[in-house]
Amino acid sequence: MGLLSDPNRRRALIGMLTRLNAPICMICYMAGVAWFMGLAFEPFTLRTYMSENAMGSTMVEERFPAGERALATGREFAAHKKKTGGMPVDWLVRTMQARGLEVYTQRFSRKLPFPDEDKERYMVKGTNVYGILRAPRAPRTEALVLSAPCSPGNENNQAVGILLGLAQYFRSQIYWAKDIIFLVNEHDLIGMQAWLEGYHHTNTTGMDWSPLQGRGGSIQAALSLELSSDVVTSLDLVLEGLNGQLPNLDLANLFYAFCQKIGVLCTTQGKLPRNDWDTTSGYSHAVQTMMLMVLKQASSRPWGDHGLFLRYHIEAASIKGVNSFRPYKTDATTVGRLLEGMYRKLNNLLERLHQSYFFYLMPSLTRFVSIGYYMPAFGLLALILLLRALDLWVQLSSPPTRTTEDGVEVVPASPGVLSILTPLVISHLTGVALYTLPVLSQELAVEHFPVSETEAVVLTAIAIYTGGTRSHDTHRLLAGEGTEQGWKVLKLVAVLYLAVLLGCTALINFSLGFILALTLVPLAAFITPHVPKTLSAVVMVILSPGLTLLFAVFFFQELQETPVTLQEGWMLYLSVISQGILDHALYGSLLYPLAALLVYPCWLLFWNILFWK
Amino acid sequence: MARHCTVKIFVLLSLFNLSFLVSTNNIEDKAGQFFNSGHTNNWAVLVCTSRFWFNYRHVANTLSVYRSVKRLGIPDSRIVLMLADDMACNHRNPKPATVFSHKNMELNVYGDDVEVDYRGYEVTVENFLRVLTGRLPASTPRSKRLLSDDRSNILIYLTGHGGNGFLKFQDSEEISNVELADAFEQMWQKRRYNELLFIIDTCQGASMYERFYSPNLMALASSQVGEDSLSHQPDLAIGVHLMDRYTFYLLEFLEDIHPSSTTNMNQLFKVCPKSQCVSTPGHRTDLFLRDPGRVLITDFFGSVRKVEITMETINLSSPMEPLPERILSEDRQRETQYYVDQLPVSVIIHQVNTHTHTHTHTHTHTHTHTHTHTHTHTHTCTHTPLPPMFWNMFIL
Repeated sequence: MGLLSDPNRRRALIGMLTRLNAPICMICYMAGVAWFMGLAFEPFTLRTYMSENAMGSTMVEERFPAGERALATGREFAAHKKKTGGMPVDWLVRTMQARGLEVYTQRFSRKLPFPDEDKERYMVKGTNVYGILRAPRAPRTEALVLSAPCSPGNENNQAVGILLGLAQYFRSQIYWAKDIIFLVNEHDLIGMQAWLEGYHHTNTTGMDWSPLQGRGGSIQAALSLELSSDVVTSLDLVLEGLNGQLPNLDLANLFYAFCQKIGVLCTTQGKLPRNDWDTTSGYSHAVQTMMLMVLKQASSRPWGDHGLFLRYHIEAASIKGVNSFRPYKTDATTVGRLLEGMYRKLNNLLERLHQSYFFYLMPSLTRFVSIGYYMPAFGLLALILLLRALDLWVQLSSPPTRTTEDGVEVVPASPGVLSILTPLVISHLTGVALYTLPVLSQELAVEHFPVSETEAVVLTAIAIYTGGTRSHDTHRLLAGEGTEQGWKVLKLVAVLYLAVLLGCTALINFSLGFILALTLVPLAAFITPHVPKTLSAVVMVILSPGLTLLFAVFFFQELQETPVTLQEGWMLYLSVISQGILDHALYGSLLYPLAALLVYPCWLLFWNILFWK
Repeated sequence: MARHCTVKIFVLLSLFNLSFLVSTNNIEDKAGQFFNSGHTNNWAVLVCTSRFWFNYRHVANTLSVYRSVKRLGIPDSRIVLMLADDMACNHRNPKPATVFSHKNMELNVYGDDVEVDYRGYEVTVENFLRVLTGRLPASTPRSKRLLSDDRSNILIYLTGHGGNGFLKFQDSEEISNVELADAFEQMWQKRRYNELLFIIDTCQGASMYERFYSPNLMALASSQVGEDSLSHQPDLAIGVHLMDRYTFYLLEFLEDIHPSSTTNMNQLFKVCPKSQCVSTPGHRTDLFLRDPGRVLITDFFGSVRKVEITMETINLSSPMEPLPERILSEDRQRETQYYVDQLPVSVIIHQVNTHTHTHTHTHTHTHTHTHTHTHTHTHTCTHTPLPPMFWNMFIL
């Protein structure tokens, strides 16, 4: 009969579950990790292909002629930039108007919560300049965006030059069915955020900006160009955006299709493509590329100016020109032709890109793994939590009776609500403190300690993080001594809480969910008050989210082939924390609140369980 | 001496008479040929079932067939053209107001004098079937009607995206091969065609003519079931494929046809072999009552006005010789279509009639053609020879 309704069979099943719980958990964990590593193995991946019918193949004739003139314009831009010491607004407006665009500017200003030491800014004021090329015959209902950042120093001058060159060439064509907006944004992501908020009439981050005077239609796709040299050896495609969101895979397919047609070397994650997937080094190359993508996605920050478009459901990608030591160089005309081809194909679109995948991992530019293939890796890890929860439930529903000295059998009392609720509330309060106090108390910290504001913020965060571990015996605060049942109930709650948290995170940002699961799930599975305390405490600290981040920083640097020493790594780690807090304040990145308000309290709950008495 | 002369004169006269007799026999044969095909007017229904810029080639296909059909003589008043018509003025067209059918923009098939009868969202399955069957609301203008009668030869050309047993209309609906077959049967029962040529250029096109069961239908398709019809050539300046292969080679073939050519259907079946088309074109002639080898291309693609000018009187008093009876070979036999034969109408229609054309639909498929018309406008079947002047106005 039914496996679950027959009491004998059910008892046997439950018995098997409780006996074999630990081995099954181990197997699941190893299977999950092995599945994840296997994702980069080429026979398990699929070749990329164009899904959108309207974009068709790459059969357009690219005729952009003016690469040299574009570079000259770039040099002019550089000179004016140096003269004005910032964005040469007047020159840009004049030049764009001379090319026949409708030019508008937008001023914006933002006071950061604390100074940004990486980019050396605190009070940011800037201007965005954008020109709209109106489609000759179409109504103004749709638009495409090409943007280049105005960076300080000698960076990205050629990008602006090519942008203006393309604007001039595009203006003389009559086949545009969508408006094309050429945007030069100042202060990279902050300017881009101001422009997007102004364009879509939203204000989510508290920035101050002047409203946009001119508007195109609804934006269908956007490309951001970063080019700092006259010739390039390869073009790198950056896909990861805010909160780990990725553009539609068709955009990457389009880029690759044109790279192949024109004959430019194209990469992703800065790694050159390789053909030898069956050798160890080839496989490890693919794994490295995939791990770079996973780490970038998990960091939840936009890795190019395109990253902020994605939250408005605009498919966007960044194209970075790389000039390294290779013999074959591509000139500006060819880069212009590639962009022209891409824009002509995007022009053919009738709807937003939606035919291809939105959730994928790319071991290389030609291979991808879709959500259906990578989710089981996470599922296996989440299964461990569910198995543990089932085991605890079984133990709780049939508690072992104890005999006291009197020889009377006593059923242990069920724990009071208070003894469970107290650790929960206290850990979440600690989380709230971790979230709010660093930024709020920076002035206080600066007064009392000889540190800068940024350091104050970061060190306060670390202090609260480590100080929170002192809350391990909060359960005794209100309810007195804890019971055996007590910690089991708490662990059941904590395990389920962690499962739901990781599950929701993995759905939105798989990489973040998976990395957290890798470290937190073994923790959650094996922590009880009965394991050796000191050793487990050390292991718990190593597997805590804070140290996971530290290891991730070192690992990331290794993967990028720029390994760092311990000292440099530590400084990098501090800057990563400050960037995380800033990203949340400036663009709405969710990593910091997630870690502070949800993941850290969860870890504290397990810390409480470890020190349960 | 005089006798010698008279003999010579006699011989000459007899020779002259003989040649005269021969020529009059020739004229009579030619007059006999006037009644070969049995149709008096031509219609064309050309349908492109796709819209959107990336289906440029379907519009170019249809317009190219339209151009050929007009060139060979079918006027706009006899053509029902159904197109989405969103190519020439599409915002993405780098050459506005044109639709090219050949790369390097050699041939603009849109031109100044295209008359599209059903455009945009009017190209629907319902409208197409109503055009075929004639069940249109009274307010429909004449240009949107297929006003054919039982002496009309109709050319129907369909192109677009299709599958096994269906054809997609403008991204939101489909027509199935069963519906199409039933529509043709309705046309047959309403006597709306004499002979019908059906050409389809889509993927798996042969599935669309599998279900036909009405007589006098000939069908051609660009690919068999399970095969895709491929497009021919992209134009890089415009950025789309310009034509499909089958229609491209069909048009190449039609370029050699002029109004008086005598090419027959068997040559049309050879258009675009697998080496050129990659797909295997198919055709179906089992429902057609004449031998395809005797059917001229211009019977369907052109509107041929047969005029024969002669100075002699032709005696129509003796009835024309009937064609020898042809008993079709065994492999042409097909089962009766039971549905049709259950209707009393079929009994009435399919009975043998000595005065009119007989189209018997029996098991043995014997049929006779008699060439005496009883209901034409231009002449009456009398037994007196008409004066020569009338013959100059004899137009079929």
